[in-house]
Amino acid sequence: MMRLRTFSQGIHPAHKKSSTEDKKIRRISPPKEVILPLQQHIGAPCQSLVKRGDEVRKGDKIAEAGAFVSAPIHASISGKITAVELNSHPAGGKFKSIFIRGTGKEEDWEGGDEKKVDPSELEPQEIRNRVKEAGIVGLGGATFPTHVKLTPPKNKPVDTVILNGCECEPYLTGDHRLMLEKPEECLFGLKAIIRAAGARRAYVGIENNKMGAIALFRDKVAGEENIEVITLRTKYPQGGEKMLVKAILNREVPSEGIPLDVGVVVSNVGTAVAIAECLKFNKPLVERVVTVSGSVVRKPANLLVPLGTPFATFLEECDVDVGKMDRVIMGGPMMGISQSTFQVPVVKGTTAILVLRREEARPPLEDTCIRCAQCVDHCPVRLLPAELARLVKASKWERLKDYHIMDCMECGCCAYVCPARIPIIQLIKLGKAEVQTKDEE
Amino acid sequence: MREGKTTQKEEKPSPKKVLMRDKKTPAPEGKILTVTAAPHIVVTRTVPDVMWGVVISLTPVVASSIYYFKWLAVGLILTCLIASLVTEALFQLARGKRITIYDGSAIVAGLLMAMILPPHLPWWAAVLGSAFAMAIGKQIFGGLGYNIFNPALIGRAFLMTTFPVLMTTWTNPITLDTISGATPLGMLKFEHQTVSLYHLFTGNVSGSLGEASALAIIIGGIYLLGRRYADWRTPLSYVATVVGLSGLFWLINPGYGSPSFHLLAGGLMLGAIFMATDPVTTPITKRGRWLFGVGAGVLVVVIRLWGSYPDGVMFSILLMNALTPLVNRYTIPVQMGGRRK
Repeated sequence: MMRLRTFSQGIHPAHKKSSTEDKKIRRISPPKEVILPLQQHIGAPCQSLVKRGDEVRKGDKIAEAGAFVSAPIHASISGKITAVELNSHPAGGKFKSIFIRGTGKEEDWEGGDEKKVDPSELEPQEIRNRVKEAGIVGLGGATFPTHVKLTPPKNKPVDTVILNGCECEPYLTGDHRLMLEKPEECLFGLKAIIRAAGARRAYVGIENNKMGAIALFRDKVAGEENIEVITLRTKYPQGGEKMLVKAILNREVPSEGIPLDVGVVVSNVGTAVAIAECLKFNKPLVERVVTVSGSVVRKPANLLVPLGTPFATFLEECDVDVGKMDRVIMGGPMMGISQSTFQVPVVKGTTAILVLRREEARPPLEDTCIRCAQCVDHCPVRLLPAELARLVKASKWERLKDYHIMDCMECGCCAYVCPARIPIIQLIKLGKAEVQTKDEE
Repeated sequence: MREGKTTQKEEKPSPKKVLMRDKKTPAPEGKILTVTAAPHIVVTRTVPDVMWGVVISLTPVVASSIYYFKWLAVGLILTCLIASLVTEALFQLARGKRITIYDGSAIVAGLLMAMILPPHLPWWAAVLGSAFAMAIGKQIFGGLGYNIFNPALIGRAFLMTTFPVLMTTWTNPITLDTISGATPLGMLKFEHQTVSLYHLFTGNVSGSLGEASALAIIIGGIYLLGRRYADWRTPLSYVATVVGLSGLFWLINPGYGSPSFHLLAGGLMLGAIFMATDPVTTPITKRGRWLFGVGAGVLVVVIRLWGSYPDGVMFSILLMNALTPLVNRYTIPVQMGGRRK
């Protein structure tokens, strides 16, 4: 068998994808109310353009980007603004959010008929502007504003675009379904990215637990000279940008750098579809695919959900066994954020909502470190997580940089393999915050 | 815009607050959800699992020691186990700490202690050694995970210096008659004789309980390393260094003993597979683990060929244990995309 491309170290958690990977993406009926936080992306928060009592239509811009690295927000349903006030955010903390009470009517996107556009004929600047206006951010969960990625600085030319179809987190199947159901849009979006970034080549990286998608894409790109589909070994965190660049191009993104530093733009398939829909139908980012799964979800599904839909909606929509649920996680089980309430909304970075029983989730107990070095042997960035955790516990902040703490991408491999259940990632995050504050002083 | 003025910046949580886990927060629906930090899934293996895995991998060695040394072995093993468990429990009781004798680590230490003692050692000396190993070798540093030296080896070093005669009085396997100063390595050193490699391999030679049979150690080692309870780098580099270096001197002067003799005689196999793999007292970096093995290997050959002791495994590992923090510090790996300084 051909040796599959991959990166060194990493982990092999159970895939847990079988309950949703064959389920078609289903559009949910619009919720009665949506809550749209002004911060749904990396960068400056948005400025609200509406006030209480305003009427808005689906797709109207309701908040303006706060800076270049920021992304505007659009109404995800038609209705009336009922409040602009603080609300719990699924990423933690409270943020000012726009509340819209909807009419409850089903509404398809009517912004524009399909335009017969060829992405390679569009002007790069036009693509960037339209992507920016559509409020598109990285939909793989990182939520970095896409138009910034599409604007490479002059001194850092881009030669390669990688379309990320790894979806390496357990449970998640939204990207997999998008690749199977909207391959044309994926490739359209990819071509637009190639055009805007000024790249020559592109790769579609897909893990080998999605052979159907690999076969389909091989077929679709048969006529394309500059696009190649790469089969990657299924391993977490293969979908991490740095891991992908290493596996496909054998280039190492420099420490504390981004793929752009080695001439690469990486984009998630969900983002590519959003770009395609923005260019074809003039559709802003108002909805996204969310996988709802987990052992106490009786009807797991891949849902097309208006942004701002409260998590509580899914209790009924997916028939969650409320009695047995213990943990609710936004995102995958490796990097997702556990929630304390169902009053948080789906945001641009919500790849999944997982509802787990107590027994299967990480026990909140901690043993002492026996220095078994499992964390060292599995860290894809080659750090010493055990040392970082020890130094943070001892408050030895000044020594953290010797151990490259800022290179940690918080993938969670270390804490996953730790037999002592030490919350290594939590400690590292704390250490990073401390180092940053010290740097600012 | 007025709303724009309300602060959106989160207050930075104090370390204490962040580390407080299993915080129960009521969901508005009346259902209480548990909030934990990512990752939310975890491997099933726990610290006790690792310890019990080591215990299982020690069973062939224990069995071979009982086969060759009969009731002497049974008595010594039970004495060491009981003494280790009782010392750990008493120490933790006295310090008001959680009793952790069920995590398997004291059993590992007790078993290893017995495996490196001469069969005819009086029971009270075994108790003293085990108690010293657990109290001074492990608990005084803060217990499991904090000790600098391998506890069992500390116990043996203590007995070696306090009761040197008892610790060098050996017993012939099967017949169980007492002899003195005549382990295979001792015979090489003091009488310039070597023992058949076949007997060294199967274990039909005098020596400490567990170092007799290389075969039993290899079977246990395959399980230990195969199930990933320990890393293969240290034992491999340790053994390879001893074989390579002793081979070099053997070519110069065959009187130093052949590399296969040095591989099978004395405590090398036992030390390489069960002591140099103790995670707590060996380096966590991959380069460090290679270095540990090479350093210990050099020390073994130097002590065996020119030192005053016949075998150097114990001191080689203890010395490298002492260097481990330093080794860790100077072998920090270059991170992905980083540059070697």
